[in-house]
Amino acid sequence: MTVAIDRATGKRRGEPGGSPGRPGRLTRLKQSYQRYWYAYAMIAPVVVVLGVLVLYPLARGFYLTLTNANSLNSARTIGVNEIEATYEFIGLDNYADILWGPTSYDRFWSHFVWTIVWTALCVALHYVIGLGLALLLNQKLRGRTFYRLILVLPWAVPTFVTVFGWRFMLADGGIINAGLEALHLPAPLWLEDTFWQRFAAIMVNTWCGVPFMMVSLLGGLQSIDSSLYEAAEMDGASAWQRFRYVTLPGLRSVSSTVVLLGVIWTFNQFAVIFLLFGDTAPEAQILVTWAYYLGFGQQPRDFAQSAAYGILLLAILIVFTSVYRRWLNRDEQQLAI
Amino acid sequence: MSTTTVKTTAPADRPVAPATVSRGTRRRGENSLAGSLAAHAILIVASLAALFPIAWLLFLSLGPDKDDYLHPGRIFGKMTLDNYSFVLKETPFFDWLVSTLVVSLGTTVIGVLIAATTGYAVSRMRFPGYRKFMWVLLVTQMFPVAVLMVPMYEILSELKLIDSYLGLILVYCSTAVPYCAWLLKGYFDTIPFEIDEAGRVDGLTPFGTFARLILPLAKPGLAVAAFYSFITAFGEVAFASTFMLSDTKYTFAVGLQSFVSEHDAQRNLMAATAVLVAIPVSAFFYLVQKNLVTGLTAGGTKG
Repeated sequence: MTVAIDRATGKRRGEPGGSPGRPGRLTRLKQSYQRYWYAYAMIAPVVVVLGVLVLYPLARGFYLTLTNANSLNSARTIGVNEIEATYEFIGLDNYADILWGPTSYDRFWSHFVWTIVWTALCVALHYVIGLGLALLLNQKLRGRTFYRLILVLPWAVPTFVTVFGWRFMLADGGIINAGLEALHLPAPLWLEDTFWQRFAAIMVNTWCGVPFMMVSLLGGLQSIDSSLYEAAEMDGASAWQRFRYVTLPGLRSVSSTVVLLGVIWTFNQFAVIFLLFGDTAPEAQILVTWAYYLGFGQQPRDFAQSAAYGILLLAILIVFTSVYRRWLNRDEQQLAI
Repeated sequence: MSTTTVKTTAPADRPVAPATVSRGTRRRGENSLAGSLAAHAILIVASLAALFPIAWLLFLSLGPDKDDYLHPGRIFGKMTLDNYSFVLKETPFFDWLVSTLVVSLGTTVIGVLIAATTGYAVSRMRFPGYRKFMWVLLVTQMFPVAVLMVPMYEILSELKLIDSYLGLILVYCSTAVPYCAWLLKGYFDTIPFEIDEAGRVDGLTPFGTFARLILPLAKPGLAVAAFYSFITAFGEVAFASTFMLSDTKYTFAVGLQSFVSEHDAQRNLMAATAVLVAIPVSAFFYLVQKNLVTGLTAGGTKG
């Protein structure tokens, strides 16, 4: 358990207490009691909100996953008649059905694989392109403030707006296909053919996500001590060596944070796929949009399965984050979170 | 803490650093003409890629016909602002504006108000349960929409809050509050702890220190948290399109879809609405963008 050390005393977190020159045990206990008291009073509002708005619904959602609730047997109002809920407790059947039921491959595993591919490709593209642009913008270059302002644009415009812009462009007969035809290249059916749907989804999401990475990494680059570069140059390090042994290690803590955020956001990315395809692309749905479709996009609405997908998704992310943190901690690399 | 939030933002903010020190990083960019030409070429291509979809949307919004997006060449002959006047006069645009603002501002105000003290507490105090609490804050960042949607739907319909602003605000607070707390922690971390100490020496309680000394200093951080929760609520799609049923209560994210989901797709109107939404938001974004990233990565960029 961590000790209540006020950061104002200049001590690092997690460091065991009891250094010389501090007041006696009793005073310390009294002080720490006071500090605890203040801390708990200060976090109380958030704890209450989390309890009411997050934990309670979560617990209820989890209970729903153990039932066969759908829109036909849930409590509902038709006209003036209130109809009581009639769904039943069925244990872990929903999870069993999702994970190894007869249609589990078509429903869960195919979407699972695609979601992993989607997340990995998107985050890799975000990071590589973002880092490349950040490196360019970190140089002494005429007009780099101007470039930066333009390159941030995809982040500035709300996603739901830009996705509609992309839909106009990707439509059959839209500007992209018109351009491809003018170049005598094949014009794929971006919004109809499964492979191209996936391609388009990754493209649009990459376009949306690069600015955040770029700006974050640019901030990280600027915080690297430039004397390190001078020292490296003195030692005769090539540009690649400077990048490999100064830049990348210097960026590590920013990178680990933005990559984690990127994975979480991409894994849960709802707007891009939902708005790009609506219900027209069953194969291009990632797990989040698929879960939404089960619960709210079809009739009857399958609340129990949708909630079970939600719980599974959350579990996947929690496992991923724990492993990621442990992996970082093994290198004594603290996550900035 | 070698860097503070203010320093790590724009390259233009950095000339304070002694010239001899900053030359090391710069030199790499100065080395050859070919290199700098290549850099410009890449940046120009990237800028065009960033700009084009938005510019295209703007261009299409000037075409009066709903199929003009297929024949962009024809727009040149008949550019008009008719779409805009139609959207402003004949569609529920202003209803949507009101809903969006009510919901986003409501979320922002509640989120920041509730989260501020928590951000301070987790930045300065190490209480038992601290680690678990931080873990909970992190975990709530990763809730997929699906996980709360079904139970929220049930709860809100029991409370008769479906299709109400309050219901949507409550839903958004479930993500905005932990998000703001987490963000503000990062910002408070960059405020020197000596200030707290000075306040404590002068006899202020932690609450007093927070309210009188830290809060005024943290205004930029609060603004960033406010802005983030605002744009998050502003752009949210899934909950808004499920929980808002009457078309006068749609937020923009839902309202925009209603142009296409009907049997005829009024893409010209949609483009015009999209532009009307995008311009003020992006303008506002540019005003604050320098401070945005540091909020999220404040802990990470510390040297």
